[in-house]
Amino acid sequence: MLSPAETEALFLSLSVAARSVAFNLPFAILVAWLLARTRFAGRTVFDAFVHLPLVLPPVVVGYLLLVLFGIRGPIGGWLYENFGIQLAFTSTGAALATAVMSFPLVVRSIRLSLESLDRGLEDAAKTLGAGPIDRFFSVTLPLIAPGILAGAVTAFAAGLGEFGAVITFASNIPGETRTLPLALYTALQTPDGDALAARLALISFTLGLSGLLVAEFLSRRLRRTLGRTADR
Amino acid sequence: MLRVQLRKRRGDFVLEVDFHAPVPGITALFGRSGCGKSTLISLIAGLLSPDHGSVQIGEDVLVDTDRGYELDARHRRIGVVFQDARLFPHLSVVGNLQYGAQRLPHGQPMPIGFDDVVAMLGLGAMLQRRPHELSGGEKQRVALGRALLAQPRLLLLDEPLASLDLARREEVLPYFEKLRDTLAIPIVYVSHQFDEVLRLATRVVLLDSGRVLADGDLAAVSRHAALREIVGPDAVGAVMSGVVERLDETGLTVVRVGDAEFVVDEPATLGQRIQIQVLARDVIVAASRPSGLSVRNVVSARVVSVTPDVGRAVLVELDIGRTATLLARITSRASQELALSADKQVWVLIKAVSLRGHVFSAPAR
Repeated sequence: MLSPAETEALFLSLSVAARSVAFNLPFAILVAWLLARTRFAGRTVFDAFVHLPLVLPPVVVGYLLLVLFGIRGPIGGWLYENFGIQLAFTSTGAALATAVMSFPLVVRSIRLSLESLDRGLEDAAKTLGAGPIDRFFSVTLPLIAPGILAGAVTAFAAGLGEFGAVITFASNIPGETRTLPLALYTALQTPDGDALAARLALISFTLGLSGLLVAEFLSRRLRRTLGRTADR
Repeated sequence: MLRVQLRKRRGDFVLEVDFHAPVPGITALFGRSGCGKSTLISLIAGLLSPDHGSVQIGEDVLVDTDRGYELDARHRRIGVVFQDARLFPHLSVVGNLQYGAQRLPHGQPMPIGFDDVVAMLGLGAMLQRRPHELSGGEKQRVALGRALLAQPRLLLLDEPLASLDLARREEVLPYFEKLRDTLAIPIVYVSHQFDEVLRLATRVVLLDSGRVLADGDLAAVSRHAALREIVGPDAVGAVMSGVVERLDETGLTVVRVGDAEFVVDEPATLGQRIQIQVLARDVIVAASRPSGLSVRNVVSARVVSVTPDVGRAVLVELDIGRTATLLARITSRASQELALSADKQVWVLIKAVSLRGHVFSAPAR
């Protein structure tokens, strides 16, 4: 049904998007918590900085990543010299670029559910002997799970289609960083590539739609377990 | 015993209180909404820090600002039942019940057992259910069980019935009564419903605008003028605390209050403590001892004071001996005809069926 090149691009896209979500979540939960629960100097600037990828052209994000994480960049150079890790022009790099682009979406979703969480429940946990970390894992985290899930699904779906930042930072290497949108772009640049481009577009379309349906199903189930609809 | 001495400022509102709650029994914090009850509960539980003061349970100090000491809420071992129950929605009833118990320090004795709590609060049939599948009354029972299983040394009940309708209240109240009569820890019960206080509490701390207006036995506080304003004219009355002396041949309960005896239609057993509310509007005052009346309670009394009341009525405070006092609301015209004034000897008539008695099964103190 699918040609080897198409299968390759499909699975690469899935893998890059999944890894970008994995990169994202721990940091996004931390940042969302900082923004929702703490007051510190420079919080507004920090908030704006977190949201930058939403307003910057993706190429700019890719360029900045190249400057920082490129093999001669301050972070990339250090990683390469000490651990032999190269990010630029690799699929891990593509995942990183994707993660940075979707980061604000995830933070926003988690932050919203943190802010709508009934703090009284955490107080109740406190009077029952739970310490701060215990409270976070036994009460806060399970209750903001719908927000985390929604953020993760959005990030995954957006990650499947990330183009600008990936092509700038990780380039367009078949089998390494040529994800679905990059393959589609390449097909359009190739004579007689129209049919291939249409097929790739159809794959993207199917993928996106099933992603949204799965997300809806999961969040409904989660909400039912938490009894949100009946409880409030 | 719980000893509380606290000051906290929140914007324009200043809470400044000093009271204690003895063991066993329920001490009610009573007052209108916004009088500072919930702030006080948060301060005792450790969810808020006081500006100044101390909280002590027995010999254990929980907060003492003079010494710069403040125990974290999670180490206080204070069971709190909130008005909105605050059950964890992602855990089953069992998960909720065990939440506190699982977090007890190792070696902490657990005198309150899981099975006992489940049996006492009738939770057996709902253990696997989720909070959103419970009724309001059931939620409060689970919240109570959860607090108890954390082996608290003090129980704070913050308007636990306020969000329930009348029928649900009746469903939950007996559990609080049972708790009061079996637990050997102080219980603080916050309420703005006087009938709950009457039924549960032996001591009352009357709060208004962040200050303690009165503090003492329910019988003493029930005569306080500030209480009259809070409960409204229809609920004005005296509360008498007595002991069941005997049961008469028809099964009516005879209660001794001070020097007087009262007949009440409330099932009770000999020696039990009973709290009787006598509404001022139900009390009749007579200049001489009447006869040939259906009324069961005819008691001699001395007028303490006559004060203007609502409308054309006056409120007569009557001493029936040994510091027991009654309030009677009569028209000022009736008062003039009887020439009521301080120290006049009169007779007080109260129908047995208009007395509301609340039995405390703990031995009389």
